[in-house]
Amino acid sequence: MPGRIQSIERAAAILRLLSGRSRRLGVVEMANELGLPKGTVHGILRTLQHVGFVEQDPESGKYRLGAALLHMGSSYLDGNELRTRALNWSDSLASRTHEEVRIGTLHDGRVLIVHHVFRPDDSMQTLDVGSMMPMHATALGKVLLAAHPHVAEDVMTRELPTYTDSTITDPKLLRRELERIRERGWASEAGELERLRSSLAAPIMDRTGRTVGAMGIFGGPERLFAARSPRPELLTHVREHAQAVSRELGAIPW
Amino acid sequence: MKERYVAAIDQGTSSSRCLVFDHSGRIVSVAQMEHRQIYPHPGAVEHDPLEIWSAVEQVVGRALHDADLHPSDLAAIGIANQRETTIVWDRETGRPVHHALTWQDTRTEGLVNGLGVALGVDADSYTRSRTGLPLATYFSGPKLCWLLDHIPGLRDRAAAGELLFGTMDTWLIWKLTGKHLTDVTNASRTLMMNLETLDWDQEMIDLIGVPRSMLPEIRPSAQVYGEAQGQLGGVQIAAALGDQQAALFGQTCFSPGDVKCTYGTGSFMLLNTGERPVLSSRGLLTTLCCQVGDEQPTYALEGSIAVTGALVRWFRDNLELIGSASEIETLARTVDDSGGCYFVPAFSGLYAPHWRSDARGVITGLTGYITKGHLARAVLEATAWQSREVLDAMVADAGVGLNTLKVDGGMTANNLLMQSLADVLDLQVVRPIVAETVSLGAAYAAGLAVGFWTDREELRANWHIAAQWVPDMDPRKRERGYRKWHKAVERATGWLDDDDLEE
Repeated sequence: MPGRIQSIERAAAILRLLSGRSRRLGVVEMANELGLPKGTVHGILRTLQHVGFVEQDPESGKYRLGAALLHMGSSYLDGNELRTRALNWSDSLASRTHEEVRIGTLHDGRVLIVHHVFRPDDSMQTLDVGSMMPMHATALGKVLLAAHPHVAEDVMTRELPTYTDSTITDPKLLRRELERIRERGWASEAGELERLRSSLAAPIMDRTGRTVGAMGIFGGPERLFAARSPRPELLTHVREHAQAVSRELGAIPW
Repeated sequence: MKERYVAAIDQGTSSSRCLVFDHSGRIVSVAQMEHRQIYPHPGAVEHDPLEIWSAVEQVVGRALHDADLHPSDLAAIGIANQRETTIVWDRETGRPVHHALTWQDTRTEGLVNGLGVALGVDADSYTRSRTGLPLATYFSGPKLCWLLDHIPGLRDRAAAGELLFGTMDTWLIWKLTGKHLTDVTNASRTLMMNLETLDWDQEMIDLIGVPRSMLPEIRPSAQVYGEAQGQLGGVQIAAALGDQQAALFGQTCFSPGDVKCTYGTGSFMLLNTGERPVLSSRGLLTTLCCQVGDEQPTYALEGSIAVTGALVRWFRDNLELIGSASEIETLARTVDDSGGCYFVPAFSGLYAPHWRSDARGVITGLTGYITKGHLARAVLEATAWQSREVLDAMVADAGVGLNTLKVDGGMTANNLLMQSLADVLDLQVVRPIVAETVSLGAAYAAGLAVGFWTDREELRANWHIAAQWVPDMDPRKRERGYRKWHKAVERATGWLDDDDLEE
């Protein structure tokens, strides 16, 4: 077996370090954490920047993961494939919660709806597969942002649009919200996109544990929430069904 | 009072499954187990009935265990089964005399051709007027005759009353209750049941050459057949339906004019035609829809499309342009239309409504502009256009107007295909929230038989729309597309020459 190539191992360590942080890192910071000479880290970063795996902020000079790398990771699962694998579980979620179900994936800083199941009350509804939703104002989007800190930081470099009085537009508040979502494994949204609609969502993970999508229910705030908290039984259904889809994708059972 | 449930046994071509449903028709538990496909020689496809029985026992046990249920929690069990597959077993020992000959098995081709020759030019109308079916290798009667002819001593043992015949429903009911029964939907696939009397047709039995004594008693699809013995001791076995008829029931297609299509490897479209059988002059099958208890039986027209999901699989495996079946939608969405390209997947001839065995597949309308994206579109549209042809034949035969097609099956996950269907059929296409319509139909029928559900209205109330696609296509574009499809079909026919079969 040929020997391992040290510079590739070091490049991998740098990428791993960047992927674990939601904020940008400077060369000195990385060199200290990895116990490597500053010049070595800088050289590797320049090469990684050249192939698009990292990006440098022109103002602060700090680094984060690059779009090329993010694309390689998130394009792994085809949205149509995800819908096919999730079909039975999304139906089951709709019939147990009596609410409409959507599955979303990350697409150009927005949520792409790849699957939609009607609320099972036979009212007139329209399939909105293929439409986009904002990240910061839906539970689906917040789940995806929480799992992809670099995308979150990118989204927050621009002004966050206001949709209702409840939309979270302050990056500081949003960061805190995403931190909570990472800790508890689910997201909620109370009338933050449309005043009379709310959503609850949980992550769908692939076999490597990466979040490839989010599944959630949408309904009136009075139906999804009680005393300002999501109704526990609905939350349980959402989380269990998202886990079932993850198992379907080969994620390690838990 | 403790909540009760209904279980469905879905004994299919590749696997056996057990699903447990609650009173709202929601799935509580699922267990599945595959069985071997036995290929003793080209054209022959067999199943081992004992292996299947063992699988059924295991999946029922597992489904109950997973939901923490006891057999006494079940109000009833219903059976849905692969149709036409034929089993003969010893009345005393219960041992099958041979593996089951499955519906795909074509070893009876010579026998069926012989029957056609014996009946002469009127063969088709003769068998259709009695049984609703043309002479074809799928059906059970000729398979039974083949077994009697080819296994030494079998005819004598059958004449002596030592043997029993059954389709998969009959085998499972016999194993469960010890009774020798079949239901009208399964019996309607044997080429031996008379559509009017719902009893064995003596002329057909004599023609095919099987002793009546080995045939099961024909019963309604929903009725308490008996109590299970053994592991499921005491549970009422209360329904049996062929899988496609079960899907029709699970889609709550209870009224004349209700139509469903199950989109899988092949696709099966069934139209409820009410209490009178409609004989087809366009190559469709006339079959039983169901019979609930003492009620009048209802009939259906059936058209099958041999190659639908199978074409997507071919596109994946043989052309290797996509990595998974779902990716065909991704590829197809890279373009806006098929670019005038049409794909007629007549891999082994054309079936309903054309019935041209001399046809072979064509891709037509090719220009230098066509990309793999256009081909992917054409693959999906082939399913839509084939559906249109079968639906048109049904509408013409039955003389009914339709406004909604209910769909189920794996291909309903493909949004682009479902939209194409709505566009091409000019009908609303709706997918119900419980996609497991085969099992649900068997459960519904069993639940009705024991009063777990009071009537069909209660079942209709359980049926909810999960997704709906509405037509959004310029009528002129639709008609032009259909015209082109017909031209493509014309180009597929007549490909095979007499000497092609010599090699």
